[in-house]
Amino acid sequence: MPEKSITIALAGNPNSGKSTIFNNLTGTRQKVGNWPGVTVEKKEGHLKTNVYDLSVVDLPGTYSLTAYSIEEIVARNFILDEKPDVVVDIIDASNLERNLYLATQLRELDTKVIFVLNMADLARERGVKIDADKLSELLDVPVVFTVGNRNKGTRDLLETIMSVAEAEIDLPRTRRVYYGKDIEKAVGELSEFIKEKTTAELPYHTRWVAIKLLENDGIVKERVLQSANPKGEAILQEAELKRQRLRDFFDEEPEIVMTDHRYGFIAGIVKEVVKTVSKQRVDVSRQIDQVLTNRLLGLPIFVFFIWAMFQLTFSLGAYPMDWIDAGVGWLGQAVGQILPEGLFRDLIVDGMIAGMGSVAIFLPNILILFFCIALFEDSGYMARAAFLMDKVMHLIGLHGKSFIPMLMGFGCNAPAIMATRTLESEKDRILTILINPLMSCAARLPVYILLAGAFFGARAGNVIFSIYALGIVLAISIGRLFRSTLLRGKVAPFVMELPPYRVPMLKGLLIHMWDRSKIFLRKIGGVILIGSVVVWFLSAFPREVQFSRDYEAEIAGISDHYRPLISAAHGDLRERLLGKKDETISGLETLQAREKIERSYIGRLGRVLTPVFAPIGMDWRGSVAVLTGFVAKEIVVSTMGVLYTVGADEDEKSEALKVALRKSNMTPLSAYAMMTFVLIYVPCLATVAVIRRETNSWKWAAFSITYSTTLAWLVAFMIYQGGKAIGLG
Amino acid sequence: MNLSELKEGQTATVARVGGDGHFRRRLLEMGFLRGTEVYVEKYAPLRDPIELILKGYHLSLRVDEAANIDVEEVRSGE
Repeated sequence: MPEKSITIALAGNPNSGKSTIFNNLTGTRQKVGNWPGVTVEKKEGHLKTNVYDLSVVDLPGTYSLTAYSIEEIVARNFILDEKPDVVVDIIDASNLERNLYLATQLRELDTKVIFVLNMADLARERGVKIDADKLSELLDVPVVFTVGNRNKGTRDLLETIMSVAEAEIDLPRTRRVYYGKDIEKAVGELSEFIKEKTTAELPYHTRWVAIKLLENDGIVKERVLQSANPKGEAILQEAELKRQRLRDFFDEEPEIVMTDHRYGFIAGIVKEVVKTVSKQRVDVSRQIDQVLTNRLLGLPIFVFFIWAMFQLTFSLGAYPMDWIDAGVGWLGQAVGQILPEGLFRDLIVDGMIAGMGSVAIFLPNILILFFCIALFEDSGYMARAAFLMDKVMHLIGLHGKSFIPMLMGFGCNAPAIMATRTLESEKDRILTILINPLMSCAARLPVYILLAGAFFGARAGNVIFSIYALGIVLAISIGRLFRSTLLRGKVAPFVMELPPYRVPMLKGLLIHMWDRSKIFLRKIGGVILIGSVVVWFLSAFPREVQFSRDYEAEIAGISDHYRPLISAAHGDLRERLLGKKDETISGLETLQAREKIERSYIGRLGRVLTPVFAPIGMDWRGSVAVLTGFVAKEIVVSTMGVLYTVGADEDEKSEALKVALRKSNMTPLSAYAMMTFVLIYVPCLATVAVIRRETNSWKWAAFSITYSTTLAWLVAFMIYQGGKAIGLG
Repeated sequence: MNLSELKEGQTATVARVGGDGHFRRRLLEMGFLRGTEVYVEKYAPLRDPIELILKGYHLSLRVDEAANIDVEEVRSGE
């Protein structure tokens, strides 16, 4: 039985192999969530030994611990405020110098640190040998070797963690970064000043606070104001005075001089611990990039990879989709047979099962898409994709990394929005999320196929293409608009590492894929379930409808009328009579269904909204169809099937529905206006739910709904009224 | 001369890093210190961004960002 629980924080640079070490330590016992208040992913895992109950927290990968980026703040605050028992810093051994920059900052915090030299085998292959004992001695920190992707050194690491957690080691006060005479003097004086002035306990040790104040660290300044009140003001003034003096002396910002000193300190260590035994051998990663980011081949290969990803997603995904579809249908029928007829059965079968089923069907697509994304990420190709596409995305004021989520939007917006997690800047992420639904997802295609097929004949293909193009143009314009108003601010700098290519580990890929798909599955059980029930309620109530005709009696009458005729007839005639009877009855049933939905709440809502939709060329049937499309866009087609009295089983290829549409008062112009409306208006329920989750705010979800629906109306209005004005339609 | 004026296959030494506070500090933290050698590995197919090698690792920067870095001792090869 474990007796003690200890918390371990994993820190390290991006691409240092941190998540592999995390997976090795915790296996699949992981929990993915968000850090409170922000949309940075938090991963936590557990493992038990016979003495300890270890909880491992994976901090965001960072290069430094300044207060500039949200990831760095999150990582730093966790170490300072939650006080984990041990901080493990994963260091990419083949990139020691830059990795030690974070390491020296971690050592300055008041905490127990272990250094893990990861991928030392790779470093050795490159002719770099690291003297771990020397490093450990120079920095006064335990050092462990691991090879993450071969699960080597994990046991060693665990043992070191436990012994360090147990030991009463004095925190290293010596062998720390020496910032030079002048800065050290300022640090010393400021520390004294803080100690004299503060009666209240500062949450962190004084030297660190003094260093951070000299670096003009916004968050530390805030904390000092809060906890050292009323003397905080005086401390900040003193710090500013010292900063001013240092700035005059160095003719440079103090934090820049301090960065210089840290690297100077690191250079000294690297000189002592690294032995370059041989000249670098062939650099495989660099050779791969000669092809993959080649001036001529780079883009075509990228396009091919993306094409392959979509092929895999939609062709391979089609099989399990059919199974799920059949499974949901079977489940609906089975439950329908078990439960007695009535309201409860309708709620379960038509509301819950059908509603969740219409979203669950996308699960195979989502699994495959996320597998591909994990493959791009873990192999290192994602950074190359951003490198290739940055110029294009920069047009919208976005980072190259936004390209992949935008592209995934053409498949399904829900996973696409989840994929924005790879973006580092929060503003970039929100902007990408907001314009993502303008990438026309696969569920909207049936609507276009139906309307374009009905009204544009042979030109349908071009018309549909123009809708997709309109979405892209709008995404660019809206993106630029939001970037210059709502989400103003500098474009995130493109200071991006191109890590060496690595062979991804299947286990890691599967964990990545599953973590994200799980979020989607949870949605199906939550918001989507509720939304489906609401839409079902609106279309199924009121239960008792006063029909204009007595359908039941008419149907019974027809059966009575045909019964003697059919029993008297033989062969061909009998078949024909049977067919005629069924046709007449189903015609009546469709009329009844139409009248039912017409008189349901959603039908009434559609009628009430007629004045709103009339200026964009849609009658009440169109209005009701787009209202039901909120659950899932493809439902627009089946609703239209019902409302145009050809039956709910019609799909986008139905000739009957096309004929019915042409016979209605719709024109090619109003059909086009409706297509643009369907392209732009409110994202489907699943997407709204994902937006809520990924932005961590109902505000952004509500904004997304409002702006998209308003924009949809405006664009459709301009197209419809403009078209009429120039004599189209 | 600044870094964005270098051609593929050239190496130079960092003389000074400009730009605004946050961005400048980030560059320094990534290792663009005075005296550091930077090699221009390649330009992206659309001529932006640039792939650089410094301190033994590969890093990319946009052209207008690289223009903030003054360099000296430009020479061919690594």
